Amino acid sequence: MADKQKRSFPVLETAGILLGILWLSPFYLMIVNAFKTNREIFQNVLGLPSEATFQNFIQAYIDLNFLRALFNSTMITAISILVIILFSSMAAYALARNKSRLSGAILLVFVAAMLIPFQAVMITLTSFFGSVNMLNSAGLIFMYLGFGSSLAIFLYHGALKSIPLSLDEAAKIDGASRFQTFWYIIFPLLRPISVTVAILNVIWIWNDFLLPSLVLSTSEATIPLRMFAFFGEYTRQWHLALAGLTIAIIPVIIFYFFAQKQIIKGVSEGAVK
Amino acid sequence: MRNKDVSFWLFLSPVLAALGLVVLIPLIVGVFYSFTDWNGLGFSQFIGLDHYARLLGDERFLSSLWFTIQFAFVTVIVLNVMGLGLALLVTQKLKSSNLLRTIFFMPNLIGGLILGFIWQFIFISVFGDLSGILGIEGLNGWLTTSTTGFWGLVILTSWQLAGYIMIIYIAYLQSIPEELLEAAKVDGANPFQRFRSVTFPLVAPAFTVSMFLTLSTAFKIYDQNLSLTNGGPFNSTEMVAMNIVYTAFSSNEMAYGQAKAVIFFLFVAVIAVTQVYYNKKKEVDM
Repeated sequence: MADKQKRSFPVLETAGILLGILWLSPFYLMIVNAFKTNREIFQNVLGLPSEATFQNFIQAYIDLNFLRALFNSTMITAISILVIILFSSMAAYALARNKSRLSGAILLVFVAAMLIPFQAVMITLTSFFGSVNMLNSAGLIFMYLGFGSSLAIFLYHGALKSIPLSLDEAAKIDGASRFQTFWYIIFPLLRPISVTVAILNVIWIWNDFLLPSLVLSTSEATIPLRMFAFFGEYTRQWHLALAGLTIAIIPVIIFYFFAQKQIIKGVSEGAVK
Repeated sequence: MRNKDVSFWLFLSPVLAALGLVVLIPLIVGVFYSFTDWNGLGFSQFIGLDHYARLLGDERFLSSLWFTIQFAFVTVIVLNVMGLGLALLVTQKLKSSNLLRTIFFMPNLIGGLILGFIWQFIFISVFGDLSGILGIEGLNGWLTTSTTGFWGLVILTSWQLAGYIMIIYIAYLQSIPEELLEAAKVDGANPFQRFRSVTFPLVAPAFTVSMFLTLSTAFKIYDQNLSLTNGGPFNSTEMVAMNIVYTAFSSNEMAYGQAKAVIFFLFVAVIAVTQVYYNKKKEVDM
């Protein structure tokens, strides 16, 4: 076994690296062409720009109203995730510590709700929320709790089964209330699941387009919504469109760079369970 | 916590309220509205199955459904082959394994809308240019026909999601005990036989997970459809999700859109339930 581990596979290694380069080529093409003029893109789409100018980026940044969109995206994503983590873990705790048939049925409803596609509810949902003036970011966050709690509860419930009941009982003897037991004893133990839930929901909510497009006004627009409007304004002006796309991707790349291990681990756990 | 405990219900109430108001009630009321002339504000009468009857003769809807089924079928196969292939590649103890894993997974983190715009540029400008350089006529005019639009969507979706499916297969591949493969090797099994008789049966559960995921994802795709082809040319690459959005929010036929959404829901639910049932049964047999 030891010699096998050390052996190198030059053919596979080369093939892998070539495939990796091919995989990244869309990003390469986006970035190099974002530095060119529209005319240069038509003359030379594959090569490096003849002179690097940040003009496209400056204009795209301004027209995207990027700082505002970044702020909106960050607030909506962060608050939604905190709400999902808190309320889903509480609910999963209640369900896991209640062995009744009712509790099992409620869990089943949450799991079954994962099968309902968004399109099946979006028309009545937006109509209801519109009639009570909740088509805004507060309403959107509540909707994310509704759509996101199922998977979160499912993941928390799985983890809670392995947390011994004796911890709850010890806390109870010490005079802790239900909520204190949950908040000080149980919730900290669920940290790994909370990280998984946070990562899965960041990827979903940050990139979500259809739901916020039906709910948010222009002033509350997130990055994908701004990007959609921006792209529509600059059809066939690829130099600006590509600069805008590059800017829109930067926050995700930074996030990936710093949290790569947790992201891959979280996604893997979320999918396999 | 018992059923009658106040704390049980307090802990559950926020998510129950959210799930009820956001998912369950809109679904139930939506099914009800699909039998009425609801216009988004109110309804005046029941019209029974009129919307459903109309839907059967709605060529645009039926062609979007057929397009979606073909797309889902091809994408599921491509994604699983690529996902398993990439997973096998990066688990070969290559020096670049970790780097490659990072690279293959990266498109997953970026939304389908943004990726669709990037690929629109590639299919239109870069493919056009490559066609001149390489002298391949077939690279010209991508996204201007329904066939190139179809394959454009398959390429975009496969590139975006293959890394995700790869991660699922890696999790299963890594759970295969080394001794099993070693034993097979000692018994004289060649690499193909080891894959066929040891690795493959042991990663079978990964097919449940990833086929279910890819099929329902492919069926529900909207963002990529919107940003890459916007349904064009002449609605020939419009998928069901986009057709429903168009009916409800552009033609403002709310109840009719809802009827389509109910049919769509049934499709997705049947796929999901069959898939899980079938794969679970198969796993037990092995």
